[in-house]
Amino acid sequence: MNKTSNRFRHLVWPLVSLALLLLFNAFFTDNFFKIEIKKQDSAQTVQAPAVPDNPPAPGTSWITPENYENSSDSAEAAAKTVDQAGQAAQAAAEPQQAPEKNDGKGVSIFGYYLYGTPIDILNQGAKVMVLAIGMTLVIATGGIDISVGAVMAIAGAIAALLISMLDAGSFPGASMGPAIYWIIPVVAALVLATLAGFWNGMLVAGFGIQPMVATLVLMVAGRGVAQLITDGQIITFDNPGLVFLCNGHALFLPFSVWIVVTMYVVAGLLTRKTALGLFIESVGNNERASRYAGIEARRIKWLTYVICGFCAGVAGLLAASNIKCADSNNAGLYLELDAILATVIGGTSMAGGRFFLSGSLVGAILIQTLTTTMYMKNVSPAIVAVPKAMVVIIVCLLQSPVFRAKVLSIFASKAAKGGVQ
Amino acid sequence: MKKFKFPMRYVPISATILVFFVVYLIGIISFDNFGSPKVFLDLFVDNAYLGIAAIGTALVILTGGIDLSVGSIIAFTSILIAKMIESGCNALWAIALALAIGILFGMLQGWLIHCFSLPPFLVTLAGMFFVRGCGFIVSEESIPIKNDRVFDFIQNDLSITLSKGLHLRFIVMLYIAVLIIAIIFSQRTRAGRSIYAIGDNELAATLMGIPVGRTKIMTYTIAGFCSALAGVVYAIYLKAGNPLNCVGLEMDAIAAVVIGGTLLTGGVGYVFGSLFGVLVLGLIQTLIIFDGRINSWWTRIIVGLLVLAFIFMQNLITKISKSKSKSH
Amino acid sequence: MDLLQTKGIEKQFLGVKALKGVDFSVKAGEIHALMGENGAGKSTLIKIITGVYPASAGSVYFNGKECKFRSPLDAEHAGISTVYQEVNLLPDLSVAENICIGREPRTKLGFIDKKERKVQARKALARLDIDINVGENLSSYSIAIQQLVAIARALDVDCKLLILDEPTSSLDENEVKELFKVMKKLREEGMAIIFITHFLDQVYEVSDRITILRDGQLVGSYDAKDLPRIEMVAKMIGKTPEQINEMQAGIVKNAKFGDTVYEAKGIGRVGTVSPVDVSIRAGEQLGLAGLLGSGRSEVAQIIFGVDPHDSGTMTMCGKPVNFNSPQKAVKAKVALIAEDRKVTGIIPDLTIRENIVLALQASKGIWKTMTLKQQEEMAEKYIKLLRIKTPSGEQLIKHLSGGNQQKVLIARWLATSPKLLILDEPTRGIDVGAKAEIEALTQQLCGEGMAVIFISSELEEVVRDCDRVIVLRDRKKVGEIAGSDISLKNVMKLIAG
Repeated sequence: MNKTSNRFRHLVWPLVSLALLLLFNAFFTDNFFKIEIKKQDSAQTVQAPAVPDNPPAPGTSWITPENYENSSDSAEAAAKTVDQAGQAAQAAAEPQQAPEKNDGKGVSIFGYYLYGTPIDILNQGAKVMVLAIGMTLVIATGGIDISVGAVMAIAGAIAALLISMLDAGSFPGASMGPAIYWIIPVVAALVLATLAGFWNGMLVAGFGIQPMVATLVLMVAGRGVAQLITDGQIITFDNPGLVFLCNGHALFLPFSVWIVVTMYVVAGLLTRKTALGLFIESVGNNERASRYAGIEARRIKWLTYVICGFCAGVAGLLAASNIKCADSNNAGLYLELDAILATVIGGTSMAGGRFFLSGSLVGAILIQTLTTTMYMKNVSPAIVAVPKAMVVIIVCLLQSPVFRAKVLSIFASKAAKGGVQ
Repeated sequence: MKKFKFPMRYVPISATILVFFVVYLIGIISFDNFGSPKVFLDLFVDNAYLGIAAIGTALVILTGGIDLSVGSIIAFTSILIAKMIESGCNALWAIALALAIGILFGMLQGWLIHCFSLPPFLVTLAGMFFVRGCGFIVSEESIPIKNDRVFDFIQNDLSITLSKGLHLRFIVMLYIAVLIIAIIFSQRTRAGRSIYAIGDNELAATLMGIPVGRTKIMTYTIAGFCSALAGVVYAIYLKAGNPLNCVGLEMDAIAAVVIGGTLLTGGVGYVFGSLFGVLVLGLIQTLIIFDGRINSWWTRIIVGLLVLAFIFMQNLITKISKSKSKSH
Repeated sequence: MDLLQTKGIEKQFLGVKALKGVDFSVKAGEIHALMGENGAGKSTLIKIITGVYPASAGSVYFNGKECKFRSPLDAEHAGISTVYQEVNLLPDLSVAENICIGREPRTKLGFIDKKERKVQARKALARLDIDINVGENLSSYSIAIQQLVAIARALDVDCKLLILDEPTSSLDENEVKELFKVMKKLREEGMAIIFITHFLDQVYEVSDRITILRDGQLVGSYDAKDLPRIEMVAKMIGKTPEQINEMQAGIVKNAKFGDTVYEAKGIGRVGTVSPVDVSIRAGEQLGLAGLLGSGRSEVAQIIFGVDPHDSGTMTMCGKPVNFNSPQKAVKAKVALIAEDRKVTGIIPDLTIRENIVLALQASKGIWKTMTLKQQEEMAEKYIKLLRIKTPSGEQLIKHLSGGNQQKVLIARWLATSPKLLILDEPTRGIDVGAKAEIEALTQQLCGEGMAVIFISSELEEVVRDCDRVIVLRDRKKVGEIAGSDISLKNVMKLIAG
């Protein structure tokens, strides 16, 4: 048995799909692969393909106190406010449509950076790529974490809050100097997100609650917590350190790409150079037998949720940095679903067991490429959801043994018919 | 004389009803007017659509599955109806079409889930994406429903006047009607009991001769119908359709069902409980609005904590009954 | 007068013949015990009778007509009902619902008549002389009552042949008495009952006839009163009483044993195993003998900490220990290769190499890893040593045959250099050659100073290799023999009682 071919077999379909997609773009989308080298401080050209956040659909449950009136009597007014809410939200989405606005505050080494659609894909997709790391590990143990979007919001919220306090000088010790103190909000965000993961792990591994149910709690309550932190406001910031995370460049590529690369390298080392990967796969594949073998299954599961929380923290910082504000309602909205999708596309089964970080990465890139392709075709962001849905179903069907058996039996009976004739 | 033992299975829903009354009491004590009939009726008016959606969700959860497409179907239905009316179509045809689509879509999801053993979470997730996108294909912006005879009739004339200024509106009556039908269905029909059996122990249900596949597909079909109906109610309520709305509503529905005492693993709980779950959610929001000082996002946190509390309670009850049966 | 008759039933699974021409019959109004050790084919025969899968050859006659059931539901409609060991009912629905579901009485409007349903349920239970609140959830009642509800359901669907699959495993003495009362009452009413059990005392208490299967073949059907216990045991393990007498005792090995490695006094677990004393010295091979279901695996699991003990104390190398989890036992250098390797042993989608290094790695923790080369070398070593049939250590373990999977598990635990190794049915489902290899291996390990607890239902193996034998029957220790006293005859005498 060829070891190498086994190791990369799961990448075949995702890579083929990605290749097809890129091929499609090569032929049918102008300037898709056009990459320019831009110098820092050069004039802002609004040539970049608009890649709004994913999706920029605003809209919480529309009943908020701001537009609640005696609704039974003034549903018309309510309808108007809905309209306004929709329009306001679309307006809020505008800033995201601007290309990497280089205020000259982003730092790029060497002063040059690459610029173009593929780069944008990597930059915008960074959030899901990072989320997919934690999600892959959690799913590998047979669990799931649907709270990562909410945790992202929390992370962004605390970062934005602290940085604006520091910037305004209302925080003791704020006089440390702008170049360094942005570390504090970043650390705080990561700590908080990791604690959220710890909480999820406690419910699942500690109390034995079903993962979907356990993480549902934080998914529901998390955005409330985020709004608590920001006091209901959308806090904007322009601290260069924080902004750099998603808007800056290093070595020609967006800094976010380097964050992704670093995290994947660390995750890869952590899972493959230690016994953690083996234990995760063992627990996910047969938890009982793993216990019999002396593995502390509970601790392993707990750990995966902690890691997932941390990843959500990083993704939350990226999201906030991207739009230079913390939007507790929309940050990370539905991204948990993208992360799950990326994981499943990448070859990790939802039942748990073998996991493939590389597959999840390709899956995330595929999803983002699909999204970007649609945007460039002027498809409204929300309609992008339709092909995404079909991809989910197709992947599920392909992974389903029942489906495969049925398809095989159809072919077998056709062959039999043809032969017996 | 037989000692009256409070049946374990009524504990969760009793807890829900208790929470409802406690919150209501808090409201009445804290604010004037909170106890007024108008506030009570408004609770129903504002949450009728969620309530109807929660009924379908409850049935699906009782089979041990889940439906994430609820919010999207509501939004899609509302914008579809609004668009059709704007284009001059008869409102009744629009409503009929919307309901038909809901039924067919639910059936499709149920079929995929059962026939290919796909996880309900993923299938309805895809459904959510798909329908949401379809809503945007219909229209990218909200469309108000104006000058439609049917809608005007429903909104203005089709209500029972209880007293001066107090109306029992159509959508409330509709919700109560659907609720009653659902309760009778789940408690008093063989199909309804099959839903419980499947959620409780699918293997045993199969061995006992219950038509598992048919029942599951039927349940998802009902859920699709309820979501579509909720969308119709929503359109009536808002007098508009909006493809952007109800993002995340399925989570509200699920929360309402859990708070209403239904186990997410299925087989345990009452559709009746979803009524109180929805009312509790609505009450919390009303309370917060009345207060004006507390910020609305506390709703999310309180709801999350309530869900957690009910999950723990369910866990505890399950453990107690398991140890009881062992030690007899 | 035969209610059920099977003629020449055969069943083939992918190259394994599970049943080879079984003729079996049950009369109305009798309790018929079906007995056999592992691999005898009991459950396969029952599954064919109840329609879980079809026979490869032969036919089943019920009520004189030939039947080809396509599902358990088919069989149920014909009048054959099964009550499973795990009571496959609906715990969170009421007793009445469990009995009537799918056939609930309806009112004129077509809705379920709740009152009538309760009446219907009570009627079914009354046939068993039981009166309980049928409105309560099933789960609020004990397993014993739940079983009776299952039987009541069978009665409600007009069952003529009732199959009870190991019904007494989770019952205490009083509950067993109650169940037998019910069974006898049903017998008086003309019901045919197939009673599958391995509790020898119970068989004689309640059965009219006994059918014994072995290795997929029918050994015979006998009237209970005409079959002495020792003969029954002999037939089950495939030996005639004369053969047993003739067999020589095992070779007495004048081996020198080291210090006591493990000692347990009075360890037991309510509902699982009555308190037993177990002790073993370094270099000793201790056998746990008994028929299937006598409690051997349960004792092993208590020692290893999978099922924590409720009573008694244990020491390891003189130091008091409390193994209430496998991790603790593993850390103390105890190893268990459990009986059901699919559930508790192999990690199916992992490679052979990964399965082998798993326990050793688990004891080392996350950070201290072995390099890939070291792992591959270890895998190679054990593949050679145990002659595991595989092209390479990178094969997924799920693709191996049962015997080879077992060898991988043995390799896994050998890699941890345990002081006490517990082998639960290590040779089950393994070809003769591999069996001999494993036997030789355990002898070698003992020679090197390991303490080995050897559990097997193949009594000859136990007698041949062990230095001491503890005999269990019906979840109790009934005796212990050592040295030259170990002989098949003595062991069987203790088992039969």
